[in-house]
Amino acid sequence: MLNLALHVGATKTPEAVLFWFLAPLAVIAALGMLMAKKAVHSALLLAWVMITLAIFYIAQDALFLGIVQIVVYTGAVMMLFLFILMLVGVDSSDSLVENIKGQRPASIAAAIGMGGLMVTLIGRASLGRSAVGLVAANTNGNVQGLAEQLFTKYVWAFEVISALLITAALGAMVLAHSQKVRSRTGQRDLSIARFRGDSLASAAGLPSSGVFARHNAVDVPALLPDGSAAPTSISSVLKARGDMIESAIFELQPKEEEEN
Amino acid sequence: MTATQQLLGTDPGWIILVKGLIIFVICVVATLLCVWGERRIVAFMQMRVGPNRVGKFGLLQSLADGVKLALKEDLIPKTADRIVFVIAPIISATTCFMSFAVIPLTGTVQFFGHKTILQLTDLPVGVLYVLAVASVGVYGIVLAGWSSGSTYPLLGGLRSSAQVISYEVAMGLSLVAVFIYAGSMSTSDIVAAQNHWWFSVVLFPSFVIYAISMVGETNRAPFDLAEAEGELVGGFHTEYSSLKFALFFLAEYVNIVAVSSLATTLFMGGYHALPGLGFTETWLGGWFTMVWFLAKVVAFFFLFVWLRGTLPRMRYDQFMQFGWKVLIPISLVWIMVVSTLRVMSQRNVGRMATGGFTLGVVILIIAASSLLDSNKRRKAREDELGEQLPPSFPVPEIPAPRAEQLNG
Repeated sequence: MLNLALHVGATKTPEAVLFWFLAPLAVIAALGMLMAKKAVHSALLLAWVMITLAIFYIAQDALFLGIVQIVVYTGAVMMLFLFILMLVGVDSSDSLVENIKGQRPASIAAAIGMGGLMVTLIGRASLGRSAVGLVAANTNGNVQGLAEQLFTKYVWAFEVISALLITAALGAMVLAHSQKVRSRTGQRDLSIARFRGDSLASAAGLPSSGVFARHNAVDVPALLPDGSAAPTSISSVLKARGDMIESAIFELQPKEEEEN
Repeated sequence: MTATQQLLGTDPGWIILVKGLIIFVICVVATLLCVWGERRIVAFMQMRVGPNRVGKFGLLQSLADGVKLALKEDLIPKTADRIVFVIAPIISATTCFMSFAVIPLTGTVQFFGHKTILQLTDLPVGVLYVLAVASVGVYGIVLAGWSSGSTYPLLGGLRSSAQVISYEVAMGLSLVAVFIYAGSMSTSDIVAAQNHWWFSVVLFPSFVIYAISMVGETNRAPFDLAEAEGELVGGFHTEYSSLKFALFFLAEYVNIVAVSSLATTLFMGGYHALPGLGFTETWLGGWFTMVWFLAKVVAFFFLFVWLRGTLPRMRYDQFMQFGWKVLIPISLVWIMVVSTLRVMSQRNVGRMATGGFTLGVVILIIAASSLLDSNKRRKAREDELGEQLPPSFPVPEIPAPRAEQLNG
């Protein structure tokens, strides 16, 4: 594709160096985007691919396009990032289970169709036609030339695409929005639940960490009157993370043993 | 090609390298001085002394703090995503320097026998480039928050991404009026277009919107919700220590200097002297223009510190509401007014039509604002009436003087 674009003039050495340095990185990042397990890593690699493409655009005299590519796509990838966090969860990995019936063949067909469309478009634009070159296209200035094309010849396509993007954003918002099934549990509800439960052991609240222990950090369980550890005194978040110190070393030894 | 681009195009490679080095050194030294200056100014505002022990006036305090930071233990939490955790501060610290490449620090100067401008490059879309670099810089904060594998940093990172995305819109819109008036997006052209009148005067609403959104963009008080220490411990950088934390610290202050420089370039006439003092621009072979530039940047920095010393932090929902429901609509209306006026002046529409249009806009604004005001007043009155409804439980009688006050 680059060779097609470069018919106009011979590649200069700095540009060639830039290309051979960045292009492999871009390809590796693009492959990594497909292979990465975590959705956030994929989003990051996508951002990297976009920035490399922007550098290529800038190197090819399309300065405005390159800068706009960075502004738009870094913002877009940031939105993607947020949607990953909102829709899928912070630590989610890709699941390969097919939820929607026939999604895989449909998406493969759509991808092939899109690829075919791109190839034919590029072919129509570049084959059998001599390239004008950016120098000629930029005679009135790069920005001015683009603006004229965008707001006269292609204004309809431009508007349609913007409508499409807004629809997509609204769709994502609808998907991310979930209606609350029941009202938020208040202090009163929690209190009632404590007393109406099976056991009254925690009616006065859970023990706090480090009570009666020899150590008062949040990750050390409190000790019960018999000297054993109270697991309920540790926050469930710390437990889930595994940030809990083995309480045995903090347990009090029975007195007789100490005398022996 | 503009004159500046031609001038910069003849620079040999070593001059470009030296310029890059100068910009880097200016940024780092500015950070050290800014940290010291901020602490001294805030101390003055709070009737304290501030750091005054290390060096004359405590000037070396931030250097000592930097050494201390570098010598601290470098921790990476067990649950952190190690690679992203290390990359995040690097992204923050590199992007903040990049925006200085397009900012003209001086006018034409003699630089080791070469006639040039202390500006690394002059892109035709220079200001957009600054915005692009800033939007990459946000990744540092968001990734730091995400990769820490901890709750408060994640909240801080999410807040800052939402904040920067919404305030970048307002910032970009405030710049549109400047582009329309200057007829260019290159920083040097914009400075040249302010020869007669600064854009902070001509486009005053844009200037105000930019000034507000630049505080939001840099996560500074009263908009420092991403690192609200009362709510989020330290926000996105809670889990960072040692040099990685120092990089975030550096990035924050370099960013302040960067947005201040951009504000100077776009709205305050750049490196040009204050009105009436134009003769100073030729002193020291043009190098005196840098003094003007730095003076304006320092003035903006003082504004940042002043805001921090004066205003309490905004609540998150108020902050978002302000961005989306106040700043963005106002900038949109303002852009429409500016572009209409611009087209009128380009088509040589008579003074009567221009005046009539301005009058119409003013009347519309007054009508809209008074409508809003009356709505607000009606709501306040309704609330007041609601409060005075008799309560459903027995209450003691209101004392006589208070009853008189209430019933008139």
